[in-house]
This record gives sequence, structure tokens and C-alpha cells, in this order.
Amino acid sequence: MYSRAYKAAIAAPPLLWVSLFLLLPYALMFAHSFWIVRDGFLVHDWNLQNYRALFTTPLYLQVFLRTARIAASVTLCSLLLGYPLAYYLSFHAGPRKDLLYQLVIVPLWVSYLVRGYAWKTILGSDGVLNGLLQYLHVTREPVSFFLYSPFAVVLMLTHIYTPFVFLPIYAALEHIPRPLVEASQDLGADRRATFLRIILPLSIPGLIAGATFAFVLSLGDFLAPLLVGGPSATMIANIVQSLFGAAYDWPLGAAISVCILLITISLLFLTERLEKRWAFR
Amino acid sequence: MSGAAISPGHVTSADALLEVRGAAKNFGAVCVLKNISLQIAAGEFLTLLGESGSGKTTLLRLIAGFEQPTSGEIWMGNERLDTLPPYKRRVNTVFQNYALFPHLSVRENVAYGLRVKSTPKGEIAGRVEEALRMVKMIGFADARPATLSGGQQQRIALARALINRPQLLLLDEPLSALDANLRKQMQSELKALQREIGIAFLFVTHDQDEAMALSDRIALLRNGALEQVASPREIYSRPATAYAAEFIGQTNLLRGEINNGMVRCGALQWKTSEAGGPALFSVRPEAIQLADIVDDTTGIVQFRGTIQQQIYSGASELLEIDCGENQVLRVRIPASGPLTGEREFVFSAADAVRVTESSDAHASPSKDHESQ
Repeated sequence: MYSRAYKAAIAAPPLLWVSLFLLLPYALMFAHSFWIVRDGFLVHDWNLQNYRALFTTPLYLQVFLRTARIAASVTLCSLLLGYPLAYYLSFHAGPRKDLLYQLVIVPLWVSYLVRGYAWKTILGSDGVLNGLLQYLHVTREPVSFFLYSPFAVVLMLTHIYTPFVFLPIYAALEHIPRPLVEASQDLGADRRATFLRIILPLSIPGLIAGATFAFVLSLGDFLAPLLVGGPSATMIANIVQSLFGAAYDWPLGAAISVCILLITISLLFLTERLEKRWAFR
Repeated sequence: MSGAAISPGHVTSADALLEVRGAAKNFGAVCVLKNISLQIAAGEFLTLLGESGSGKTTLLRLIAGFEQPTSGEIWMGNERLDTLPPYKRRVNTVFQNYALFPHLSVRENVAYGLRVKSTPKGEIAGRVEEALRMVKMIGFADARPATLSGGQQQRIALARALINRPQLLLLDEPLSALDANLRKQMQSELKALQREIGIAFLFVTHDQDEAMALSDRIALLRNGALEQVASPREIYSRPATAYAAEFIGQTNLLRGEINNGMVRCGALQWKTSEAGGPALFSVRPEAIQLADIVDDTTGIVQFRGTIQQQIYSGASELLEIDCGENQVLRVRIPASGPLTGEREFVFSAADAVRVTESSDAHASPSKDHESQ
């Protein structure tokens, strides 16, 4: 048996860490969201004005809806890319499996920023894509909507988050005992029926986990709109960033952050329940 | 292999339900099945018996369609099976660890084979109930597989495999995950069920007692080849090879020479009508008896030996007899109290079954095991 002192000593560092770098900042953010800036100075005057502004200014709602739309698109695209990829690797890649797995996750080791700039280079007016299209005489002038559009943001975020979606789905597929697939075929189900009735239902927890990654991470992203999005693709995190920066309205920024945090927490709570509902082992 | 010579219009022989013709299977450079030919009759309980690595499960998987034969063919009636995907074959499988679908209820598991064939809902309900009643699991229709015991899962796996009314059921070591008592009980239930529904069972096991208890015929596999295919009684009383004799039950292998109508195996000798040359005989321990006074020695082999060991096991005891010339024989006699010293023993020459050396040179009994 361990002594109380020993247990306390073991528990102290992580508790200290969490308090100092998680709970305290959240508490500060929460407090700020009820304060206000008056004549360029932060006043500790408790009020609900920030939240009122949030729900009455159309711009914020509009940007938030756009953000949700972009995050949903990214989630959908990553699932459409990540699921077939994971399925192929798990069931049909044979001896190439390990190599392909490494290739899928290698981009995770490359800096986010580097990949962002790479997309900028590819999509720009004098970028790689436009150069190719003009060289092939598909277009005469550079296509401008490749870059600085919600499309570019969705493209870049899909590229970045597909491995995050792939990983939990692949893990779920790998955990399906192969005799289940054989039993299904043995009972008369062809590949399609086996996929729909056995493989897909048993991979739902991985699918939910992957979708959650893609959606939540996209929801809070501010670099992609900054690098390739332009004004038409401003996302909620960009608003927060400018409120904490140039606009110097920390209380309003904090209020938006609190809202995003609440949405994210409820999403995580909900998807965890869903995952449990679909877990059978 | 020779499978190529078979005409495409081939039909299995009238009494065979399924016929494996010259099937071979290689995994890369490893040959796990060599030229297997085997027939299964309708309603028959045939057991594939062998050690792990003998190829018995691979043969089952070839028939189920989870593996493709490297050469050879599998026929069922006038339908060639080995070119069909598993879902088009009219055979069903009970898997080793049951492979029940964890996300479906017992009812949905059993109904699966009918659902995927778009059977009308009303018919499904009736047939699922019938199948569950057959395996005595009628009260568990709404349970999840994970909440059931091993024996119960076993029954559901059986009901699920039988719902499509196959003519041939494949069972891959279905009882190996059960504890000893339950195993015995399931053995007799399985046999009763097979008699009741009258379909052929192809049963894979490594347990020779299980094979003896259940089978109409046993196909003994060794290193990917068939060693002997015969009824349990025949394979025990007339083993074809030294391996078959040793794998099924205990035996004494006597190595010797036949010369001028006489067999000589170390200290033992008897008359024979067989042709000369080196020979190997199997004598079951229970075929040898403590000698009383023998008047007529025709067809009787008599020898003297020293009792080295006596192992008591309730109804019988096993004696290890040193007969000299490095020959030790095992003798099983009815329990008869402590015995020591030199004794006379006899067995009938007819109980010395001539067996062939095992086909595989690597695994043939070495000098040390000779005439144990």
C-alpha cells in the first residue's frame, strides 16, 4: 500500500499542470467574457453585454454558420476520402499494408504551416495548378477562385485532417474479427451485403471518432482561412483572433470563445455517448 | 496435379454428396495440402482428424470457399464448388470461436442467412423460432451474443448455420473452446442433432476421442496428406499405417523381418502367410494377455517378459514388459492387483496388424521408438 503522502506527491504535478495551464486560463477567459472595455481600458464591471452583442450582431452569427458549414464540408470530404482508404488498407492491401499505412500518416509529421504554404503555392494565380491548366490550354487566364475562397479552406483542411479521420476508422476496421466477415459470406451475403450489414456497423465508433476530430479541429481553425481563405472565408476563430489583437476587445473575444468551448464540449459529450452506443466489445 | 485431366462435365458419384478431387493447396512455397481426394456421403458424419498443421482446417476452408485450391476440384452434385464464391455455395460453417455478430441479437444472428436472401418476414420469424427450438435456445432470442456463455454461443452458431438448410454442415473445431464437461455434453447433443436432421457433417478436430465418439468415418490427415479414411472401428482395429496406429489409441509397433513364412520381431515370432521382407506390425496393448496354460498354440504368439512398470487406472492397468533384446511392450490388462517378476504373455497373431511405414520419411518412428 502506498502512503497518502506518496499518492499526493504522484498526483501533484499533473494536477498543478492542469490547474495552471487549463483551469486557470479557462477561468480567466470566463471572467473576461463578463467584463467590458470602456474608453480603451478593460473595466472589471460584471455584465452580459458581450453575450447580448454576440446574439444580436448578424455578422457573428453569419460567420459562425459559415464556420460550421466549412467544418461540416471538411468532415464529409475527409470521411469520403478516409473511409475508403482505411477500408482498402485493412481488407485488401495485403502485404503493402504497412507501407501504405506509413504513407498515410507521414503528412502528420510535416508542419501544418508548411502544408498551408504549399497549398498557397499550388492554388495561387501564378501557382502550380493554374500553370498546368494554362499549359494544357484548359484555361486561358488564371482561375482566381482556387485561392482565397471557402473552397480553398475546405481543400486545405480536408488534406490536413484526412489522416486524423483515417486513423480511428482504420483501427476500428482492424479490430473486426475476420471470421465475422467469413461467417457473413458463408451465410449467403455477397461483398456489398457483408459491408453494409457487418463491416460498416462495426466500424461506426471509429467513424464517429474520426468525424469528431475533423469537425472539432476545423471548427476552431484560424490558419487555413488566414493563409488560403481570404475575406470571403473568414471563420469564427479569425474573429476571436482580431478581437484579442487589433480590435482590442478581449471581453467580446472571450465571450465568443466561451460559446465555441461550450459547443465543442457538448459535441464531444454527444459523440462519446454515440460511440458507446455503437461499441459491442 | 492430375486434376486437369478431369472432364468439365464431371458429376460426383451417385452416393457422394460432396467430392474433393485431387485438391492441393500451397501458401507460397509451403505445401499444406497434397492431392487430397475424399468423398462425403449424404447424411454422413465425417471427421477430419489431425494434429495442428496437418491441413485439416485448410481442407475445410477450401470446401467453404475461404481459400482457393492451388489445383484440383471440389464438386457437389453436378455443381463445381471451387470456382464459386463462398456466398454461392450451399454449405454452411460453424466457426471455431463461433463468430457471432456482436452487434446483432440472437434472433438477428440466426435470421442473417435468410435476411440476406430477402426471405419474406413472416417466413423468417417461423424458421428462426424453429432453429432456436432445435438448439434449445428459444428463450434467448433477444439477448446479445456477449451476454451468453460459451456453450450457449455454440448453440446459436449451430442454429445460425442450419437456418439455410444446407445439405452439408462444416464444423471447425466447434467444441475446442468449451470446458471438458460441457464438451462431452455438446458432443452427444451434436450427434443427436445430426441424426435428427439427417444432413452430412464435416467435422474438424485434433481430439481423437472426440473423433471416435462422433464419426461415421474418420479421415486422418498428416502433413497435408490423407493417412487413412475409415470408420472409427476399422481405423482402430486395422490401422493402415504406423502413424494411424499410434495417433488413434495406444499401440506397440513391432519392427521385424518375414522369412520363409515366419515373422521375427526381436524376441517374438509367429507364422504368417505374408510375403517376405522387412515388416512393421501394430499390436494394441489390450490384445496382449497374461498367459494361462495354452494348449493349442496355433495362431498364438507367446513370450516371456519382466514387468518393469505397473500403472493402475481404475478398471484396467498398463504393464510395461521388458522382453529382452531392447524390446519393451505395453500390455493393458483388467485390474488385477500388484504384479512383479517374469511372466508369460500371449496375443493372437491375427491381432498383429501389418502397417506400412509412414509415408513421410522425416516423421517415421526413429530407432528409439522402435517396438515400444
